[in-house]
Amino acid sequence: MHHVPSDLPLFLTRREGLRALWGAAAIACAMPARLAFAAPSNPRANSPQRLVVVLLRGALDGLAAVPATGDPAWAHLRGHATADTDAGAIAQASLLPLDTTFALHPALKTLHQWYLQKELVVVHAVASPYRERSHFDAQQLLESGGDRPFVQTTGWLGRALQNTGQPAMALTAAMPLALRGADGASTWTPGGHTTNHQDLMLRVAQMYGDDVPLANALSQAMGQQQMAMGAGEGPGLMGLAHQAGKFLSEPQGPRVAWLEAGGWDTHTQQAGRLGRLLPSLDEALATLRSALGQHWATTSVLVMTEFGRSAALNGSGGTDHGTGGVAFLAGGEVAGGRVVADWPGLAREHLLDGRDLKPTLDIRRLIGPVVQRQFALSTSGLGRVLPGAPVGLLDMYQT
Amino acid sequence: MQPATIASHRFGFSENSQQLLRVDPRAWVLEQFKRPAAFDASGLIDSAQALLLTRQVLKAALGAQPPESDKVPKDELGPMTPSRKELRQTNIHSLVRRWQHTIQTPTPVAERWVQFWSNHFCVAATKGTMLAMVGPHEYEAIRPHAFGRYKDLLRAATLHPSMLIYLDNAQSFGPQSRAGTRREKGLNENLARELLELHTLGAHAGFTQFDVTQTAMLLTGWTVGLQTGGKSEFVPALHQPGNKVILGKTYPEGPQALDTLLNDLSRHPACATFMAAKLCRHFVTDNPSPVLIQAVAQRFTQSDGDLVDTAKALFSHDAAWAADNPPKFKRPEELVISAHRMIKLPLRAIEQNVGAVLAMGQSLGRTPSPQGWPDRSEEWLSPDSLLKRVQWADRFGEAHRESTDPRSLMHLAFAQDLSTPTAQAIERAESAAQALALALASPEFLRR
Repeated sequence: MHHVPSDLPLFLTRREGLRALWGAAAIACAMPARLAFAAPSNPRANSPQRLVVVLLRGALDGLAAVPATGDPAWAHLRGHATADTDAGAIAQASLLPLDTTFALHPALKTLHQWYLQKELVVVHAVASPYRERSHFDAQQLLESGGDRPFVQTTGWLGRALQNTGQPAMALTAAMPLALRGADGASTWTPGGHTTNHQDLMLRVAQMYGDDVPLANALSQAMGQQQMAMGAGEGPGLMGLAHQAGKFLSEPQGPRVAWLEAGGWDTHTQQAGRLGRLLPSLDEALATLRSALGQHWATTSVLVMTEFGRSAALNGSGGTDHGTGGVAFLAGGEVAGGRVVADWPGLAREHLLDGRDLKPTLDIRRLIGPVVQRQFALSTSGLGRVLPGAPVGLLDMYQT
Repeated sequence: MQPATIASHRFGFSENSQQLLRVDPRAWVLEQFKRPAAFDASGLIDSAQALLLTRQVLKAALGAQPPESDKVPKDELGPMTPSRKELRQTNIHSLVRRWQHTIQTPTPVAERWVQFWSNHFCVAATKGTMLAMVGPHEYEAIRPHAFGRYKDLLRAATLHPSMLIYLDNAQSFGPQSRAGTRREKGLNENLARELLELHTLGAHAGFTQFDVTQTAMLLTGWTVGLQTGGKSEFVPALHQPGNKVILGKTYPEGPQALDTLLNDLSRHPACATFMAAKLCRHFVTDNPSPVLIQAVAQRFTQSDGDLVDTAKALFSHDAAWAADNPPKFKRPEELVISAHRMIKLPLRAIEQNVGAVLAMGQSLGRTPSPQGWPDRSEEWLSPDSLLKRVQWADRFGEAHRESTDPRSLMHLAFAQDLSTPTAQAIERAESAAQALALALASPEFLRR
């Protein structure tokens, strides 16, 4: 071959290409933890209230995060004495007690502290109106805030934000459905992998299964990646939570932040997986609070997931898609230190379809007062945000 | 693999559903060669303009130096001058047009046919004067002839300004030509060698260095430059006088000899076999059966290089549709284009897509060698490039999670060929974004 390339760029040099590829990554490196925010024109936008919504995609197991130790059936379902083994159970002694019925997973130390300080409400046996078990449909409904999946094409938070002038920020690569419909919503990520890259890699590896060339190449690549970058993770929920707290602390910054984290679809070996995921959630929430500083006093943090998981463990030490689950509401103004639940019981005859914690509370009854607090909506305004929703829970806030 | 899957994904660029083509996959493919969808090149720069624009950019970068463009060092085009910006825009326009066409065309197999020839007669912006010349080569030389006769395609591809510059014939002087003797400049064999080795006969057809040198002599005079207004021309002052002898045949002095040579090369038995093998490798499988290659070569010869006839021979042969042909690994550009096509996603943010393709190992427009992009799986499948593909799928899934429901899409697009592990992975994904990422990183979709 006589041809000697001199390597001039046609479209992009490799460096330029990587810059375009990582998009905001380059900006993130150059940028301190603040963006330039314009002064809002609408006076209501200057509300002291802040709202952070955290969506746990994949369905957090409510009975693992908030075990109902006081329910006589709980020990049979989950209370195996095998302690922190991969059998999926948790040592009962290490649980963090809430009241006579409920406790928190040992990893949720920050939430436990907030509970004791009366800044956390735990909501249990909660679900959206959806009664089937597809992640996609359930997330669509949870984010859109309708009665049935795919009826609403905008999100409840987006509709709530309309005409408020409050800027909102999703710390995600794409605008989540929940914020769709808002005028002042924007997105921000530090670039690189999505927050859930590691979980995707495991699933891809499983999908390649018997496909020898792909499976081999992938496992080699994952080994190299770990050598090069430690855990090989992106910014992680903690980094995003820190950034969200910083944004919300800016005088002209957003008043609403949306965070999400995946990896909660724990079909196998759930004790080990939750043993990693729950501490990261707990640390992220602690980080969020410290980044918010004084604004914690007027902040609401809503943590939710699309549904709960099967009451009993499955054959692989995990849980399958279920129905009733948990949600958390935390913040300086929250009337906390309580578990809100119309507890249906875990005895087999009380389980939905003989397998899931029966939902006794529509999650929109929790979303309602949170939205109300943040945006001071009229009744008809709230009806537009959550069409067809039952009346909200009372007394979620101190005043 | 089922015939409908072969037609959609292997021969085309991944349809979003097999419903229409399932009835008669062969007819769906063959019909496309009767009426390939027209490519809209309106508003795209022509090669003469491209050359002038490039000249401005190089002049600004080099100051008073003459544009001995091969010597422009990497990344030293200087600041983003208006002409540099225009050049960049020009390239982006032509790439966007090509991608949009591929994503939307009703005749995707015919489009793959065009792009096969474009890669076969590869030109690349790996030196300064080529900066804006890759796009025009495809839409001026390849597209108009990809459904005609091979010898016309060969002539257009060889004599296009891009090729004369890329393979240095524009700077080749007959040693005894008027200009050669006066300016002490000499022969450049680059185009001659690749004409024989890469474009027509293949490396093992039995030609010798003597044949290459004689071919280079015959090619002298065919040049392009500012003095020819950016158009290809035969300049007698550069042409080597006297007869040339190539593969035992004597060619007279003058411009007509090239047509005779190209006709002879296109009728050479080695050419038919070489083209047929390359076509079968690209369209069917990395190691195609000799029976198939022979059938295609035979039709190529019998039809005097009629490319539509050749395509018919290929796509109507049972061996091309054999269910057990090992699949091919998509090139990065094919992967990203077929993702758009299967999802029916309009093309946005071309630079991000180009960046993703680059990260996966393909620098669009800057093919590293005149051989074009390689066509065997092992050239593309490596741990790092696979990781880059999964990372791309991850971000793509995140960015376009609202565009489709991957569960139903994959069933429609792959029918019985959707494997259980892939279907399960998508079904069990914890979000729409993750499901789309898994679909795009699936073995079915990475391969074709």
